[in-house]
Amino acid sequence: MILTEEGREERGKSLFSLARMAVSGGTHGNELSGVYVVQEMERQRKETGEHAWPIPVTTVLSNPRAVKECRRYIDKDINRCFNRATLSSPITDSSPYEVRRAQELNNLLGPKGSTDAIDLICDLHNTTANMGLTLIHYTTSDWVTLHICKYLQTKITKVPVRVLVLDVPISDAYSLESVSKHGFSIEVGPQPHGVVRADIYTIMKEAVDLTIDWIHKFNSGTVFEGGDVEAFKLIKSVDYPRDPKTRTLTAAIHPHLQDRDFCLLKQGDPLFLSFSGETVKYEEEPLHPFFINEAAYYEKEIAFHLGKKMMLTIPSVQVQKD
Amino acid sequence: MSSRTNISCLQEAKRVAIFGGTHGNEMSGITLVNMWIQNSAEIERNGLVVKPFISNPRAVEKCTRYIDTDLNRAFTPENLSAPDVEGLPYEVQRAKEINRMFGPKGSSDAYDAIFDLHNTTSNMGSTLILESSTDLFNLQMVHYIKKAMVPHTCSVLLNEHPQLKYSTTRSVAKHPIGLEVGPQPQGVLRSNVFESMRTILKHALDFIELFNSGVEFPPCTVDVFRVQERMDYPRDTNGNITAMVHPHLQDCDWEPLNRGDPMFLTFDGRTVLYEGANTVYPTFINEAAYYEKQQAFMTTCREILAAYAIRKACK
Repeated sequence: MILTEEGREERGKSLFSLARMAVSGGTHGNELSGVYVVQEMERQRKETGEHAWPIPVTTVLSNPRAVKECRRYIDKDINRCFNRATLSSPITDSSPYEVRRAQELNNLLGPKGSTDAIDLICDLHNTTANMGLTLIHYTTSDWVTLHICKYLQTKITKVPVRVLVLDVPISDAYSLESVSKHGFSIEVGPQPHGVVRADIYTIMKEAVDLTIDWIHKFNSGTVFEGGDVEAFKLIKSVDYPRDPKTRTLTAAIHPHLQDRDFCLLKQGDPLFLSFSGETVKYEEEPLHPFFINEAAYYEKEIAFHLGKKMMLTIPSVQVQKD
Repeated sequence: MSSRTNISCLQEAKRVAIFGGTHGNEMSGITLVNMWIQNSAEIERNGLVVKPFISNPRAVEKCTRYIDTDLNRAFTPENLSAPDVEGLPYEVQRAKEINRMFGPKGSSDAYDAIFDLHNTTSNMGSTLILESSTDLFNLQMVHYIKKAMVPHTCSVLLNEHPQLKYSTTRSVAKHPIGLEVGPQPQGVLRSNVFESMRTILKHALDFIELFNSGVEFPPCTVDVFRVQERMDYPRDTNGNITAMVHPHLQDCDWEPLNRGDPMFLTFDGRTVLYEGANTVYPTFINEAAYYEKQQAFMTTCREILAAYAIRKACK
């Protein structure tokens, strides 16, 4: 039982304090907000020393070669390299750069699944989709991560703040933040790849600062009240209409769907506008599209993802007293 | 001399090309040209031949701006006359090939008009880019297109600047026209941007067909934005940027920028103001491809160009 701020006794959760966190940028080398947030944090650390933040923060550029060339990746998307199979595969001369680097990051911030793993990785991303601020993580039952999401939702009002859950077992989880105990990604858009927009940078920096703020408050004994968190669970993906022989696109995202991430898509709603002027309509159960027209997903054959809206109930949490 | 006699008689424009994929990640032009290579019905017109063409196929395949060097800067006299040796950058080889197919640049055998299709991450809307203030054919065409697009706005950028003008792919033709439509991220196809570009080309080809059929176009004026200066980001001694385009300037292409207006915002939150003496009209604000070219935006000034009446020269 824990005591809430109002003095109510509640079936809350007592959790270990979060000793260390990492902020990672440039996991995709052309998603620039994270690159510059990490750079700015490193400049702050140089200027004010380790007390720049109230808790120890490790900052890292995940894919420095891709950042240098302002490309998503060199050989292979690093954010698909953190599943157990890839992390334990033997490194040879012909191993892709990103597999090597993923294992390096796992040594630095993990090892994934062990008690030595860092408590939280906050991995910074941009998208060309109009997703505002979206917090992405694996499970529906990580109270720390969900409380941070709830905190950001109340504190950030300039853009919509949404929560996306992938519901994948941690060993299958393939992205960088799964190396830590309570990791999540901060995805901010819309921003073209290779561009840094001041408004998007500012939102991302605020999200990182508030995350650090929450952890500090949590570690200091603040009770965070439970409640409901609205989240979207990934169900499936939809590809563009393509020419069966050449696989080239025959339609673009319909103007009525473009930029309407997280809206409710109902039967009969327009999805694509073909180059010959026909509208392709949605024919299935009502779901919410997101990552609509993300540049990096053309090669993954994804025009958008579809998700189901759900309410997650989280308990009050407080740091475990020694 | 009465105004009736001030008619320029110009050669017909019989050979026209539409280039997509000069930059391999600017998707509207690539998609349009590939579509028209499969089925050219939409671009066919009486009295002229229209050739759709992918200028940088290797870059298009990799969905990257260029392989070795920017094709749209490669059409210099040095490059075009470089001997065919091994080790030439891919785009220099390609420039020579394009010059053979559609030029030679500056000769009477060159194609009459080339439309070069581009996208930008900047909020420039539909923009037509001219390289000369005295090309009457182009001025009249641009005037025709702008009128036909109403209520949709079409801006005209004139780059005649001695240092900032560059050797474009389209410069091989007698009448080069750049189409620049944004904002669209690299590697992305936005339906509205794609359709705008398609509509501009429809009007452009209509104009040429009318001109070739003998229609006389009366004198006109064209509002243009003339390139003045390239403004770079503030950088540190290692060449890294230390600030971003300010939120008040971001997306404000073609709007006046006055002395004292915010221009950049540093990563630690300080505002850098524009200090120029005169009002300028910025464009190409925060174009992804220009970070490596040391350009945050370009300044322009407004000008009105006059064009004489034109008609097809009698044989």
